[in-house]
Amino acid sequence: MGDGVEEPPAARGAVDAALAEEFPGLYLRWRRVERGSGRSPRALKHRLALLSDRFAGPQAIAFRTKPIPHAYRVFHRHIGLDPDEQPPGPELAVRERMLKGGFVSSNLLDDALTIAMIESGVPVLAFDADAVAGAPVIRPTVPGEGLEGRPGELPAGTLVIADELRPIALLFGATASGRGVSPRTMCTLLVVVGVAGVPEIATEEALWIVAEILEAPA
Amino acid sequence: MAELLLKDLNPGVAWAPRTGPTDDRAARRALRIQIARMERELSELFAASFPRRGIGWTVGAGGGPRILGLAELERIRDDLADRIARARVEIDRQSETEERNRALVERMIADPAGHRWVRVRSEDVGERGCRHWHSRPRWGLLGMLAGWWRVKLSSGCPLACGACS
Repeated sequence: MGDGVEEPPAARGAVDAALAEEFPGLYLRWRRVERGSGRSPRALKHRLALLSDRFAGPQAIAFRTKPIPHAYRVFHRHIGLDPDEQPPGPELAVRERMLKGGFVSSNLLDDALTIAMIESGVPVLAFDADAVAGAPVIRPTVPGEGLEGRPGELPAGTLVIADELRPIALLFGATASGRGVSPRTMCTLLVVVGVAGVPEIATEEALWIVAEILEAPA
Repeated sequence: MAELLLKDLNPGVAWAPRTGPTDDRAARRALRIQIARMERELSELFAASFPRRGIGWTVGAGGGPRILGLAELERIRDDLADRIARARVEIDRQSETEERNRALVERMIADPAGHRWVRVRSEDVGERGCRHWHSRPRWGLLGMLAGWWRVKLSSGCPLACGACS
């Protein structure tokens, strides 16, 4: 972006019509990155360490009162999730920060996701793009559908992120077995779910941060 | 309930009971607005009450992500209201204890010998950090025998990395 090269915009995913009517602010953005995970380069570990220094106890305590994390907490309540029991991704990263005394480097993708979520407040999901058929959408399940790796059917009407064939993750929940990023992943599908109160620029920024880190030369 | 909420949202409009999917959706929207407001209040209480302990913040939820009906939204709203009320009571109770502890620290400083070996932590007065006020004798056993008592304020939390510079 800085060198004048225009970034491809994030694609828009569909939201089920009934769901969109019920939650007018709900939207989905996704972006494909031709790269899997791997080891974190030294520069990324340093960036994570700097973020740890910047993000201390007072920021962690006040995090849930910031507009974007607050919007996700509210949406969790609206769809029957308790944000304290199933925290949105950024809050989970904040908890880890406080428990471990810093953002601990794990691997290229996880470090990129942590940085993007803390910087933007937006949860970012990553899937193995080659294991996802078509564009992701948000929709309720129909009777008989399940989530791979989880026994039994999902209750009809469960909100999921799905590809053209099947649910690939619960909305703000578990990812289906075999759809997440693994060491064999060559191409990553980044997905963000926006809710009312979260400006599109924040979701675009979150996607851009992860993509920029993944695509940076090692 | 749907009718009541519609009435609340439109105080200047003559109220007449209505039913139907549109009314239900409006009622759900009204409940969601109330839940959002309560979530804001609970989050602010959480931030303001730190570092106090012993306050429950979880409201609990059952099942996976789904479109909630009126009854479920009402239950969440009521649970949030209950949780906020209980958190306020607990914060008030702890604030009173902290006020008493602050007064105790003042009395300790004014009369260390009258409060021998009493120790008050910063947490006991609702402050962050690891400081504590401790009434102890100057020069150990000699001071104890001579009655030379003083309140010593500890220097704070140990470094996270131990003795490293």
